[in-house]
Amino acid sequence: MTAIAERPTTTPRRSVFRRPTAETGPWSWITTVDHKKIGILYFVTAFFFFLVGGVEALLIRLQLAQPGGTLLTADQYNQIFTMHGLTMIFFAVMPLGAAFFNYLLPLMIGARDVAFPRLNAFSYWVFLAAGIFLYSGILLGGLPDGGWFNYAPLNLIGPNPTLGVDPSAGSPIPEHVQRMVLYSIGLQIAGIASLASSVNFIVTVFNMRAPGMTLMRMPIFVWSIFVTSFLMLFAMPVIGVALWQLLFDVRYGTSFFNPASGGDPVLWQHMFWLFGHPEVYILILPAFGMVSEVLPVFSRKPLFGYSAMVFSMIAIAFLGWGVWAHHMFAAGLGPVANSAFGLSTMFIAVPTGVKIFNWLGTMWGGRIRITTPLLFAAGLVGMFTIGGLSGVTHSIVPHDWQQTDTYYVVAHFHYVLFGGSIFGIFSATYFYFPKVTGRMLDEKLGKLHFALMIIGFNVTFFPMHILGLWGMPRRIYTYADGMGWNFWNLVETIGAFIIAAAILVFMVNVTRSLRHGAVAGNDPWDARTVEWLTTSPPPPYNFEEVPHVSARDEAWHRKYVSDGSQAPRRVPAGASPDHGTPDDASPGEAAVPAAEAPAHGPAHDGASAIHMPSPSYYPAIAALGLPIAGWGVVAGGAVQVALLVLGGTIIISGLFGWVLEPSAEDH
Amino acid sequence: MATTDMSAPLPGTDDAHATTLGLANDKMAMWTFIGSECLFFGALISTYLIYFGRTNEGPAPAGIFDIPFTSASTFILLMSSLGMVLALAAIQAGDMRRFRTWTMATALMGATFLAGQFYEFSVFAAEGFNLTTSPFSSSFFVLTGFHGLHVALGILMLLSMWAASMMGRLPQQLHTTVENIGLYWHFVDIVWIIIFTVVYLIPAAITIAPPTG
Amino acid sequence: MARTEYDKEHAHPGVGQYVEIGVILAAMTLLEVILYESFDRGLMTAVGIPALIVLTILKFMLVVLWFMHLRFDHKLFRRLFFAGVALAVVVFGIVGANFYLGPQTGF
Ligand code: HEM
Ligand SMILES: [Cu+2]
Repeated sequence: MTAIAERPTTTPRRSVFRRPTAETGPWSWITTVDHKKIGILYFVTAFFFFLVGGVEALLIRLQLAQPGGTLLTADQYNQIFTMHGLTMIFFAVMPLGAAFFNYLLPLMIGARDVAFPRLNAFSYWVFLAAGIFLYSGILLGGLPDGGWFNYAPLNLIGPNPTLGVDPSAGSPIPEHVQRMVLYSIGLQIAGIASLASSVNFIVTVFNMRAPGMTLMRMPIFVWSIFVTSFLMLFAMPVIGVALWQLLFDVRYGTSFFNPASGGDPVLWQHMFWLFGHPEVYILILPAFGMVSEVLPVFSRKPLFGYSAMVFSMIAIAFLGWGVWAHHMFAAGLGPVANSAFGLSTMFIAVPTGVKIFNWLGTMWGGRIRITTPLLFAAGLVGMFTIGGLSGVTHSIVPHDWQQTDTYYVVAHFHYVLFGGSIFGIFSATYFYFPKVTGRMLDEKLGKLHFALMIIGFNVTFFPMHILGLWGMPRRIYTYADGMGWNFWNLVETIGAFIIAAAILVFMVNVTRSLRHGAVAGNDPWDARTVEWLTTSPPPPYNFEEVPHVSARDEAWHRKYVSDGSQAPRRVPAGASPDHGTPDDASPGEAAVPAAEAPAHGPAHDGASAIHMPSPSYYPAIAALGLPIAGWGVVAGGAVQVALLVLGGTIIISGLFGWVLEPSAEDH
Repeated sequence: MATTDMSAPLPGTDDAHATTLGLANDKMAMWTFIGSECLFFGALISTYLIYFGRTNEGPAPAGIFDIPFTSASTFILLMSSLGMVLALAAIQAGDMRRFRTWTMATALMGATFLAGQFYEFSVFAAEGFNLTTSPFSSSFFVLTGFHGLHVALGILMLLSMWAASMMGRLPQQLHTTVENIGLYWHFVDIVWIIIFTVVYLIPAAITIAPPTG
Repeated sequence: MARTEYDKEHAHPGVGQYVEIGVILAAMTLLEVILYESFDRGLMTAVGIPALIVLTILKFMLVVLWFMHLRFDHKLFRRLFFAGVALAVVVFGIVGANFYLGPQTGF
């Protein structure tokens, strides 16, 4: 495969469009189009948002630790619990997934980069812009306060209808309206980032695979990227339309969701959950993919039931489009709709169960190495199962009427999101840290992190099942004494601080290991997939020679021989006879000499002949225009027109520069 | 087609050679994006279908739509799709003058359509039918407005192509770019094909015809 | 696979065919307008509306299959596009059905 092709322009090249060349320093990060650097940017930014969301969670728990809490006012509480949800979903878990997608996708399929490197950078900058835009509410009259689901007509009148409705008082736009504009445009911008990366990843998976890397030989994590990208591709436009409609309702007086002028609040629920349920799978499938990579390595066995894993993932994505109304059982859709969606919700538990049994099957009988990545992966299998089971209890409609809007639902989605997605992400973080940085994370601290986290997690969230069944509603800023809720609420708050301690341990571990961690080498875990064939960290072009893939666990087959009758035997690098006997290679793909494995040391002249796309200013510039235009809508009046024009001009000129700049700088 | 001049492509033009499926990356991206747009317009159109009966004492579809006028602008947009394929055929055949003519014609037809839409909106507004009249009006304006925005973007791309070609910066090998922009343009056109019947004709027919039918 | 071979196998329709299709599209649009005008003159909606829908689908398919070359192109593109169309029709069909039928039948 040749260098990544970008749209060329003709000579003569104009110097205005010269491409940046910085390789170190801040400009190299701002202009980078290297998927690995972008992945690191995603991780650092998203982890920062994860900390912000975590502090918000601690505030929520402090407020609820005792009845009649006074730490926060009702208005502050509404903003903080809303931002906690939005931050964790859109600015922590999704981009943490994107961090691994970016870093690993090209490495895992043996490519030099994604299909559209500049679009990839654009996604990152747009995501960052969205986060800044949303949080700019701190300076602009408040943050969104209607919950992440932002139900109508609450989103139209605000939780507190008397708040800032007097237009004569200062800002021409009421405060509540500003908050909703931040919500709708902020998520809209974040959605653009997701949409752009989904297109990019889909094309990359279809089109950028190394020779011999058939779809059914791809690492399972790549499958999870692929399936998640399709979910994003189709779900983002739906929430996009709903957000536009909301924006027009609150800001320009339309009546989509306003019952007072003939609109229907249930339409918002349909639109939101049509996106929202696929979204929960966007949040969990990447984590499923990560643990499916980790478990085989530390069980020293191939993934049990690879094709069943692939097809169950596709089935989940498919069925995920047919269950949205299970969030609306209390909305009065009628018995037929309720039963149909109750049934489809039960069905979706089946492929989910298949995955859980396959993970157990992977570990079963394996020679398990208890490492931190394995612990977190096993933690996911256990904790997610509890969350999945409480999900199935929601699918029984009369049962759900009892649970909905109580802390029982909060327990459910934290078991799947924290016990699932976050555990998976930490598993992958410990697993891939050596590949990214070249150094190992400390195992002792890692195990301490895991122990604190699994204890803190269960202490925090398990009692929510009990409180929910006892009738404690969610989304309340305080509760009265004498409801019998005091004890478990206090326990939960203590649990939340144990989780905070766990995260601190992780941060200490990262800081120390970056400097003092043991040097990792190419393949510290004795892993199975091709990203471990290259150096740690990988060179900008990933592989000196693009690996030719002849088996599913390509890297493993290059290291071991196994005839099935006895334990696999390790062989000198590249000498495995397994390698070169492709299991189902098409005639054209003859065995490739093992000497092509990059592990064999640098072929210096080879590397210098690889052309990687040059860095570019334009993705960051184009992204900058979006929040500027958005702030115009927040401000209203003449400022609105000015900022819309300014933002629009920046976007358009960014895109023109993008198209017109030469594909590479002349040497 | 174009076998001989494709034998020595500009570096990077022919990325289809390097890809796994032998398909060009940007064309695949365009189709992926169009798949996503189906959901975008699906959401807008279904909102309209849910709401077109909710008129809040304001105008109903049959009372407000000017079908002959809309038919004319529909016809123009449809013909712009023909212009687009003719432009593509021209550049594939290497006839750059014909390519520029048809590109410009397509952009002009698109602009005529937009002007018609602008006129239609202002007539509606004068008749007391605007964004905030009713759920029917809100869903109508937001749907057709977003469609208009897509047309405007398409025109911008067509004009840029035309200008690039005039300046000699659009070599014939870039016919794949023309094809991708064409795909976008046709997509915007098929959305309008649906809008014309589903948003204009059928609701108007339902509100004039005897309900027993 | 070399692009040239690929293009030969999947030749696009020529200018003549494009114009033919343009004419057919224009004629179908005219037919739609005529149908619409006949509602005034007693055409039953039960006949006219399905006819309008069929015409729309035909026009849609003509543009998609010929002008957008899906008929001649790689099947992957066809699948990407029709996946979006089908998904939109199904999920929004259900939403719409729920709005129109929900209160009476409980759907
Ligand atoms: C076995 C699979 C699952 C089933 C059967 C299931 C079922 C449900 C049901 C019926 C509800 C609505 C409860 C109510 O509001 O009354 C719900 C809520 C929720 N689920 Fe799940 N779920 C499953 C997996 C997941 C996964 C994997 C995630 C995310 C990673 C997730 C995230 C959520 C969230 C965030 C909510 C609450 C939404 C809100 O009201 O804010 N669920 N689930
Ligand atoms: Cu759900």
